[in-house]
This record gives sequence, structure tokens and C-alpha cells, in this order.
Amino acid sequence: MLTWGDITSTFPELALVVTALGLLLLETLREPPRDKLVWVGLAGIVVALVLEVGFPVYGQFYSGMIAVGDFSRFLNVIFLVLGGGALLLAVPYLRKTLEERGEYYSLVLFATVGMMFMTKAHDLAITFLGLELLSISLYILVGFYRNRVSSNEAGLKYLLLGAFSTGFFLFGAALIYGSTGSTNYDAIRVAILTDNQLSAALTLTGFGLLLIGFSFKVALVPFHMYAPDVYEGAPTSISAFLSTGPKVAGFAALLKLVVVVFAVTTRHWWGAIWVLAALTMTVGNLSALRQDNLKRMLAYSGVAHAGYLAIGILVGSLESAFGIIYYLAVYGATTLAAFGIVAAVEKENEAGLEVTDYRGLARRNPVMAAMFALALLSLAGFPPTAGFFGKFFVFSAAVSEGYIWLVVLAVLNSLVSVYYYLRPVVAMYMETAEDESPVVLPATLVPVLVLLVVVALGLGVFPMLLVSNSAVAAGSLF
Amino acid sequence: MDWLQQHLLTGIIFMPTFGAGIILLLPAGRREVIQRVALGVALVTFLLSYMLFVGFRQDETFQFIELLPWVSAFGMGISYHVGVDGISLLLIMLTTFLTPITILSAFDSIDNRVRGFMVALLVMETGMLGVFASLDLFLFYIFWEAMLIPMYLIIGVWGGKRRLYAAMKFVLFTLFGSLLMLVAILAIYSQGHEQFGYYTTNYLELVTLQIAPGAQAWMFLAFALSFAIKVPLFPFHTWLPDAHVEAPTPGSVILAGVLLKMGGYGFLRYCIPLFPLATARFTPLLVTLAVVGIIYGALLAMVQTDMKKLVAYSSISHLGYVVLGIFALSLQSVTGGVIQMVNHGLSTGALFLLVGFIYQRTHTRQISDYGGLASAMPNLAVVFLIVTLASIGLPGLNGFVGEFLIIVGSYRTQPVGAIIAAIGVILSAVYLLWLVHRVFFGPPGAAVAEVSRAGKPLQDLTRREWAVILPMLALIVIMGVYPQPFLRRIEPAVDHLVHSYYASVTPVPFPAGRNEISFSMEEIE
Repeated sequence: MLTWGDITSTFPELALVVTALGLLLLETLREPPRDKLVWVGLAGIVVALVLEVGFPVYGQFYSGMIAVGDFSRFLNVIFLVLGGGALLLAVPYLRKTLEERGEYYSLVLFATVGMMFMTKAHDLAITFLGLELLSISLYILVGFYRNRVSSNEAGLKYLLLGAFSTGFFLFGAALIYGSTGSTNYDAIRVAILTDNQLSAALTLTGFGLLLIGFSFKVALVPFHMYAPDVYEGAPTSISAFLSTGPKVAGFAALLKLVVVVFAVTTRHWWGAIWVLAALTMTVGNLSALRQDNLKRMLAYSGVAHAGYLAIGILVGSLESAFGIIYYLAVYGATTLAAFGIVAAVEKENEAGLEVTDYRGLARRNPVMAAMFALALLSLAGFPPTAGFFGKFFVFSAAVSEGYIWLVVLAVLNSLVSVYYYLRPVVAMYMETAEDESPVVLPATLVPVLVLLVVVALGLGVFPMLLVSNSAVAAGSLF
Repeated sequence: MDWLQQHLLTGIIFMPTFGAGIILLLPAGRREVIQRVALGVALVTFLLSYMLFVGFRQDETFQFIELLPWVSAFGMGISYHVGVDGISLLLIMLTTFLTPITILSAFDSIDNRVRGFMVALLVMETGMLGVFASLDLFLFYIFWEAMLIPMYLIIGVWGGKRRLYAAMKFVLFTLFGSLLMLVAILAIYSQGHEQFGYYTTNYLELVTLQIAPGAQAWMFLAFALSFAIKVPLFPFHTWLPDAHVEAPTPGSVILAGVLLKMGGYGFLRYCIPLFPLATARFTPLLVTLAVVGIIYGALLAMVQTDMKKLVAYSSISHLGYVVLGIFALSLQSVTGGVIQMVNHGLSTGALFLLVGFIYQRTHTRQISDYGGLASAMPNLAVVFLIVTLASIGLPGLNGFVGEFLIIVGSYRTQPVGAIIAAIGVILSAVYLLWLVHRVFFGPPGAAVAEVSRAGKPLQDLTRREWAVILPMLALIVIMGVYPQPFLRRIEPAVDHLVHSYYASVTPVPFPAGRNEISFSMEEIE
């Protein structure tokens, strides 16, 4: 039975869906007000944020298929901020390339709704729906530039591999259903804990397949192959969204599954997750060393960060859940801003993406250079930026559970990462450009940069601003 | 007044960053204003730290403590916890003393992107002060790493030809050590949870931890590696000559004067008290490396053709004494180690400044280009000679106090090391005096000849250069003639350190002999 309570629990999503549909309708007008569409989209985001934060709802809804609480609220705020940021970043980029159309904004909103459902999901079916809503929107967005070969190629690649990974996810869910008789999170957990007749092999295999499905989405090695190509080919404003949204959503959903449902099963898979984490950070960092294209470099950096986060998934304790949540918030904001700057520096014909194009940026636009340096230092985990705290929380949880060697590997990886994160800093501050023309800071990038300063530096000095919220969010899972 | 006392240390630590913030608000074109504000801020910081020096009670406790909870969730007790004992007090004074001098010297030697340079230098001062004042492992680590980036920029933006290589090498070397230290910090953190039942990074609580010998060993090594790279101890020193040669003069002064001291300080503050059993086990190793470093650094200094490189290698040699003194673990030797850190900061800092002055005039650092400078620049020659003699350890100047205490103190616990170290003193006299001889005496060298051919004679020390170098000279003499005010403040802390070390390592008996140091000129004579 659908009740009023059910509907209120999904108000923020509904607000976004209505806005997204409205945007599509506006686009059908004879002379669509294209330069105003982004504000419609942002209004939708703001309404959703107000509903999410201002009217907190707790409990299970839609016959237990959706669970709303501190965890989903915390992450949904992240998604909404990322979605809003993606809209803002897109404006100068789309205008620069004369591709500003309402579908773009609309699809970003749909993708955001998908991410929000992934964390609210309390049933594998809803998780799947959220995942698909997110993925399908992204397939289109990646290939949004119909006339660019690179964009088309990236879109097709992402579609094929994404569809493949969805198959893994679905097959895994089917096996779990076969063994436990339900797709509901609670029911599955109870079955795993209490049912002696349960086929352990089926559950284990099912979870393994789910894990592979998620590994594709968050780009864990060896399921990361698509990431650099797709990020490079996609419009840069979408690469920004792609490297943050799905990764945060994927890890959040995986975390919820691992902690709430498959705590026991995960322990059987610990060896595999250990190897996944170790491989992901090492391959990600070593590959990033060799990239000259910043989009590819940031793509591999995203892979490396997935490796650090996988350590948290492996540990699976309350502290590590907290660490992951904090890390995701910080990673999302900094990566979004880093890509935002890349998009602003990029020139019309996909030029201006090499490290060498950043030479002398400190003179050509000191604010952007400083912000980019801040984002990179936070990603590298230099204290006193928030990126350091993220790593500290995840690694300390791992050490207290005895994963010292994995943490040693992780810090050595951070050392490697410093080299490539500092390369653009070197170019910006220590080298001079042949072309010293000033770079313009687009006005819509300003809010994203403010977000970056608040998160990377503000939370670095006053981490408690986010620590207590993430602690509550993590606590609500246990 | 009470309020000031309570927040004095925090004020000192963050005053430079506050100043950096003000400078950022100034327009980049107003160079003179920026330079003066930077100098003013650094001087205020020094005055504040002088209040610290005067107000310090001469006992072994930590004073001027400020403790604020910082990060707490799940009983994570990470706090903003600062305080000073005699050891950190002296190093804080050294930092606040050298920074204004460095800034003043940068008036001449840094002429592009002045604003950025001053900001980087001041932010770095905060980092260095924080390292010496932290009483929380986490806070310590934050400050430890936070000063990396400003130093990286100072070398990389304002450095010489191979600055990019040197800057990256500096960062990667330092980070390699400190990241492993981070793992050890995390391990202590979780050990603390097991023993206390709550997470804490409070240093004063963690020193009471009982860590199993095996765990102590690897944690000690992780910490020690980080500090050994920073000191730098042989064989982890290869980044230092590159960094020094490429860094601009003010950068070299700060690097040699303060940054390297963080390694020695780390050994004293963290390695020995946290891991006494491991310290006992690895003392032979560290003493050996220190002694090898003394001789190796001295031998390499002898064959250098570049003045700055020579001073850089002499640093490696001189810091070997510090590490020897620390790990000889007697009262005198450790006190000597601390004093020697300050001495080295003064005399090597001054040497780098003087080399910078010369370089500014002739634009070459090759020793073979010089000769006969003394007749062109008599004042500079005299100052250079005094600093050199201090560095060698001439009685009556500061270097002697430290070296004497180290060699005498370590003779009882590490006789072989002490004897070799004494030989090192002779070597340092050889290469430093030879340097003076080649640069200042003899027939005029190519560089001198070229400048005089250009028609303008080499200028002797300018007024600003006098202002830069005089305070250092004064302190070099004061510390040499009357070291008591400094020793009195260090002794209780060192006494506490050494005694609690021997108390934790029960099978090793406390070495017989005098327990207190009474040090005066009569005794030396």
C-alpha cells in the first residue's frame, strides 16, 4: 500500500524528477530560453536540498524497499552538491562549445536521482534501478557531443562495459535471491545469519558478482580499463561528474551492502578485496605517473582513490565506514573542483589539456592556479588539507584491524601520487609559458571553488565540522 | 597578562601565518611594504618567543601548555595540544631568531615574486614552530608535513638551474620517511586504544604506553627513518646537497638552520621516549651511522669545488655530532646535542648567508674563481673567519660548547664513536680553514679580477648585510662565552629524558659518574 509517508520519504527525488521533466518540456518550446535553463536546474537542486535537510525523515518506506536515515541524508547532500556543481561547471563549457541544451541539465538531474536512490535503497531491486538510472543518464551525457568522434567513442565504450557490468550485478542479485529467497536487505541478512539450509556457495558467488558489478562502477583494477578513455573522451564538465558522482554513489551503496547485509559474507571474500585494493591503488598511481593529459591523469587518480577506499570496504568496521563517508565527501568536492578548473582552462577544440598547457598559470590567473594547487594537494593528502584527514581516518581504521601491510602499501602509493599531483603545480608555478595570455575565470566556477576552499582547507583546519555528521551517518548503518 | 600567558605559544605559532594572510591582501607590486610587513611580523614573533624564554620555569615539565579538543568521534582523542620544555624552547627561539634574519637577507637576494616568497617563508615558520611545540602526535605530523610545501615552493620557484629536480627530490625523500612514520603513528594510536580503552594521540599519555619489544622495533625504525632523512644521516643525505645548492640563500639558511633540526628534535622527543627498548637495541646502528656521517661529510666537504656544496656537506658532518650526542645517551652528550643543534643553526646559517653575499657580487660559487677577497672586502673576511672558527669549534665561540659536551659525554658510553668524532673536528678545521684560505687569501682569483676589470671594486658588507649578520655574530659569541642561560633551560628536560630512558631499559645500568652538568669556563680551561 502506498501511503503519504512513502511519498514524503522521496520528496527530494520527486522534486528533482519534476524539474528534470520540466527542463525537457522547456526544451520543446519554439525558442527555448537556453541560457536560463541552468537556473531552473539549480532551483530544483536547491529545493531538493531544502527538502532533504529541512524535513528529515527516518524509517523504512515503500514496503521496506527504501530506508531513509542519517546515512542516506548525508550522502544525498553530497550528491545534490555534486549535481549542482556539475550544472555550474557545464555552463561555460557548453557555451564555449555552443552545445547548451536543456537535455544536458535534465540528464544530470536524472543521474543525481539515481545516485540518491542507490543510497536510500533497502532492496537489491531498488539499488539496481538507481544504478541504471544513473548509468543510462551518464551513457548519454558522455556521448553528448554528437559531432565529436572522441565523445561518441567514449559514450559507446562506457555503454558497452557498463551494460556488461550491469549484467554481473543482476546475475549476482539473482543468485542471492535464489539462495535467500528475497531481495530485501533485512531479509537477506537474516537469512545469511540464521538460515542453516542456506547455500553458502550461492550466496558467496552472488556477492562476488555484485562486487564485480560495483568494481566496474567505481573503477577498481582490473575493471577500470574504461575509465581513462571515457573520462578523456567525455565532455570535461561530464568527466567532472563522472569521476565523482558514480564513484561516491557506488562506494556508498557498496558500503551499505557490506556493512548492513553481507558483513559475514564479506569476510570470506577478504582476500579478493585485499588484492583488489592493493592492485587498484598501485596500478592507478603508476599509470597516472605516465599521463600528460590532465583528464587521463585525474582519471587514474580517481582509480587510485578507489583503491584507498576499497581498504575501508575491506575493514568494514564502524570507524572505517566513518572514514569512507568522510573521504567520499572530501574526494567528491576536490575532484569536482579540479575537473572544473581543467574545463575552464580547456580551449574550444579539446586543446589545452596537457600539463604543459598549465605553464605559467600562476601568472596568467593566480586564483585558478592557487585553487588547482589546493585541490591537487588535497588529493595527494598533504596536511592540513581535508584529503589528509580522509586518508587518516580510513588508514587508522585499517591499522587498528591489523591491516598494517596494506596501509604501508597505501602510504607508499601516496608517495608515488605526490609526484604526478605536483607536476601541474610545477608547471603552474615554476615554469613559464610561451603564451602568457591571461586565462579567464568563469563566474559559474566561483561557487565550486568556494566549495573547494571550504572543504579542502576549511575541513582541514576544522575537521569537526564534518566529522560529527559523518560519524552520525556511519553510526546509523550499524 | 594571564590570558596572554595561556595563549602565548599559540600566538607565537600562528603569528607568522596571520602575517602571511595580511601580506596576501597587499597588492603584489608594493614590494617594500610587503618586505617591511614580513620583517615586522617576524620580529613580533621573535619578541613573543622571547617572553616565552624569559617566562620559562627551569624545570623538566612542559609549560605554556594549551590543550583543546580538535577531532573527536568514537572517542578519537585528537587534540590541539602544545607546550614547551627546555629542548623545544631553544629550538623555537632558534626558529624565531633566524626567520627575521632570513627575511632581511631576502630583501636583497629575492627580487621576483616577493609577495609569494614572504608568504611561503612565514607559513613555513608556523610549520616549524608547530613541529617543536606539538604535544600531540597527530598535530606534530600535520605540522611536519605542512612545512614541506612552502619549502618545496621556495626551492622550486626561487631556486637555481636544477631547482625542479632538487625540489622534487626534497619532497619525495622527506615524504617517503614521513609516510612510514604515519603508519607507525597509526599503530601507536591503535595500541593506545588497546591499553587505555580509548583512542588518543596525546603525547604525554602515549609515552606511558608499554609497547612490546618487537612492535617497538619497527615503529622505532619507521620514526627513525623519517628523522634520519631529515637530519640527514648518512646514507639518507643525498637530497641535501642538491636542495642546498639549488635553494636561494634564504631558503638554504632556513633549511640548514631549522629544518634539519627537526630530525634531531624528533629523535629526542619521539624515538627515545616512545620506544626505549628499541632505542637500546638500535643505538649501535645510529651511532655508527652518525660517526660515518661525520667523517664522510667531512671528506666530501674537502673535495668540493662549490662553496655552497662545501657548506652543505659540512652540515652533514656537523649533524652527525648531534645524532652521536643524542644516542650516546648521557646527560652531557644529549645536552651537547641540543646545544649543537642551535650552534649549527647559527654558524651554518651564517656561512650560507656569507656565501650568498659573495655570490650576489660575483655570481659564481666556484672556489677556484676566488682568491684574495680579503683585501677587497676586509670586513666580510673577518666575519667569515669568525663564523668559520665557530663552526670548527674554537673555544670562546658557540661551536666549542656543543662539540665539547658531545665528545666528553659520549666518551663514557660510546668511546670509539667519541674518538672518531674528535678526529672529525680536525677534519672540519682542515676543510673550513682551507676554504677561507682559498677564497680570501692568495692572489686575486678570476671572479675578483673580472669584477675589478669592470671598473667597480667589490663592495664590502653593506649596512643591511651588517644588520643581517651582526645579530648572528653576537649570539655566536654570547653562546660561546656564557652558555649558562641556555644550558640551564635544557638540562632539566634532558635529565628527565635520560633518566626515564634508563628507567625503562632496566637491564642496562645507568652509567656511573656525575649526574648533573656544571659547565663553566673554568672547567673547560
